[in-house]
Amino acid sequence: MQRLRIVFAKGAEVKYISHLDLVRVWERALRRANVSLAYSQGFNPRPKLFFASALPVGFTSRAEMVDIILQCRMEPRNFAARLKRQLPPGLQLASVAEVSTTLPSLPAQVVAAEYEVCVESQDAPDEMQARLNNLLAAESIPRRRERPNGARVYDLRPLIKELKVIRRQGSMYFIGMRLQANEQGTGRPDEVMSVLGMAEAVRGIERVQLLCLPS
Amino acid sequence: MSTETVLDSILPTVTKPARYTGQEWNSVHKDWSRVRVKVALAYPDVYEVGMSNLGLAILYDLLNQEQDVLAERVYAPWLDMERAMRRTGMTLLSLESRRPLCQFDILGFSLQYELNYSNVLNMLDLAGIPLLASQRAEGWPLVIGGGTCTYNAEPLADFFDLFVIGEGEEVLLELVHLFAECKDSLKSGVNWKEEFLYRTAALGGVYVPSLYRVHYNADGTVSAIEPVNAGVPKSIRKRIVPVLPPPPLKPVVPFINVVHDRGMIEIRRGCSRGCRFCQAGMIYRPLRERPMDEVLEAVDQLLANTGYEEIALLSLSSTDYTCIEPLVRELSKRYAEQRLSISLPSLRTDAFSVELAGFIQRTRKTGLTFAPEAGSERLRQVINKGVTADDLLRTAEAAYASGWLRIKLYFMLGLPTETMEDVLAIADLVKAVRNIGHRWRGNRGQVSVSVATFIPKPHTPFQWLPLEDPAQIAARQDALRRELHGRDLHLSWSSKATTWLEAILSRGDRRLGQVILCAWQLGARFDAWAEAFQPQLWQQALAEAGLDPSFYASRQRSFAEVLPWKHMDTGISSVFLWEEYQRSLHGESSIDCREGCLDCGVRTAFELVRCPLPTDNR
Repeated sequence: MQRLRIVFAKGAEVKYISHLDLVRVWERALRRANVSLAYSQGFNPRPKLFFASALPVGFTSRAEMVDIILQCRMEPRNFAARLKRQLPPGLQLASVAEVSTTLPSLPAQVVAAEYEVCVESQDAPDEMQARLNNLLAAESIPRRRERPNGARVYDLRPLIKELKVIRRQGSMYFIGMRLQANEQGTGRPDEVMSVLGMAEAVRGIERVQLLCLPS
Repeated sequence: MSTETVLDSILPTVTKPARYTGQEWNSVHKDWSRVRVKVALAYPDVYEVGMSNLGLAILYDLLNQEQDVLAERVYAPWLDMERAMRRTGMTLLSLESRRPLCQFDILGFSLQYELNYSNVLNMLDLAGIPLLASQRAEGWPLVIGGGTCTYNAEPLADFFDLFVIGEGEEVLLELVHLFAECKDSLKSGVNWKEEFLYRTAALGGVYVPSLYRVHYNADGTVSAIEPVNAGVPKSIRKRIVPVLPPPPLKPVVPFINVVHDRGMIEIRRGCSRGCRFCQAGMIYRPLRERPMDEVLEAVDQLLANTGYEEIALLSLSSTDYTCIEPLVRELSKRYAEQRLSISLPSLRTDAFSVELAGFIQRTRKTGLTFAPEAGSERLRQVINKGVTADDLLRTAEAAYASGWLRIKLYFMLGLPTETMEDVLAIADLVKAVRNIGHRWRGNRGQVSVSVATFIPKPHTPFQWLPLEDPAQIAARQDALRRELHGRDLHLSWSSKATTWLEAILSRGDRRLGQVILCAWQLGARFDAWAEAFQPQLWQQALAEAGLDPSFYASRQRSFAEVLPWKHMDTGISSVFLWEEYQRSLHGESSIDCREGCLDCGVRTAFELVRCPLPTDNR
């Protein structure tokens, strides 16, 4: 048994593929790469893939993570070379590294995620900064989340760890944010943009990094 | 705004946006400027349905293998996508190069189901292409159709430049080559399209509806179908390929979950059983098999190229494939480590099928499906479905005994000569199966019963028959509902309105063109989808055209009547079909083609030395 951690980018070409569909895309790419996958037991054996965190449909990402379990050991470099040729355009390998099989599961290690939001705005830089400051000054930001089993009210404010203007390019602002992402609560960047009153002006959201507990 | 920007503003607002983004594994992206003929292959239903169609995958592969040709795909945008497209003025684009359909030379529709017709018109309209063939002068894409519906394409005659009748593998290439040849020499001329169409009609297997005139009697029946001049063939014989061409080995692997999300290998084309209700069994003759070593080789490459975890061995009757057992044994041995699932659609009702199914089943033993079609022995003789109650019960016994929990049974209501006695026989059979389930599986044993209403189809022995009276069907459904209930029984029916429309369109004539046009104008879309189907639009369209739906749906035709599809020649003689119909009325069954030739006409029509064709199965 060997546990490999893959970091990959999800580009614009595949940003509309849902998380569930993406799992199958990976399974098939791995099958084509002809690596010795370990399968789950039971009636419906599936290759053992563990994704760090589901990426919402429409977002791109520079650093998604997935752990896979191999039946037979393989040099991570060889594995990467073989897998690379089988990935559809838009899915790009950033790194493959062996990790200890005794570590907790990947989703359990994630604590926060960083995003970069591209938004169109006529605001002057100080006006934009004032918007962000306003939000950061709030003590609580109650939001409603619609779920299949009814709406839930939660506080968005404590989930926002960082919020800043990264750069400006013509009428486009790039807003950076670090949001909590664990079992206690997961902040969504599109929610933050709604609170900022700029939901309609968002032109793209990219996940830049997933932050894990130190192992 | 650029197309990409518009698309990017629309996609986040629609359901399943990945239906419209393409870029899938194995999709073919050719250099537009370097090919002579550009073909868009269209399926008039959503992506998930269209991507499950093997025929279109075969043609996509075939065309893209030609150096001078490119083929791209397009599917019907779902209702929300259509609204967004109309709101933003976005035209219908191909998936690969995202080009407007009107930039292609040929737009080919796969026509597999009559209830997709309104979508054909909608796709043309969203592409900005004039709907009527007569309004498309030189310069517009050539709009062509293929698939099972073309065996009676009359209701679509106004909208299509031509139809390919029969198997497309050879004739489509001939057509594309002819187009390439004519593109330069003819395009300079003013009326090159007409000249081109004349030439295609001579290829064989090509039906150019504008080259035929249909005359009607006072009672509304067809009196004659005549070519416009002596140079045009009187009838169009379907095309066949004598040997099954290699299956597509690098099919497009969809990103999203489609209806049949698996690798497909056609192991057999045609069927020798001669069930009298079955259109596929008649129009796909003669029977041909793919040799086992070729299947094995194909599976190997297909899996390496796609990474599929499941493979379907396709055929109209998979268990009848000569080498089915060794094939399945070999496949499950070879790919055990990769956990490959093998699926066999259309299992014959016998214990052997259960054994086979058990062999390939790696996942939970949930359900097995069988199709006795009718409840009584007598009625099964009428439709020539050679299955006995004993076969079914023994099959059920074997299935439940070897661990299956649910058996699904397909039946039809409204079969010719059907009485309430036959209907109650369905209930008896189902109850007997349920009891077996109880005996083996206790409370966990289940039976699902799917009861479709029989629609007589062109080119079958029942083509002359009316659709059974809806009131009768309702009474028979009620009877079944009274007899069959309980937690362990699940009944499902085909919808009355859907059946009604399918019965009209499948045996309609050219006058239905204006009905389809009008229904589409009134808003008809996705008629095969319960959430979108609005039968009242079709009723209104029929009324506005002054056409009586019962003329098409509920009328007995005589042998002498000129049927609207008379000029479509499947090779089967109408005398054979009529004799089969007469035999059915006397409850006489007919033998399987493999036991002896019934002289249906196919053997002579296609000059076959032997029929069914022998297979080289080493």
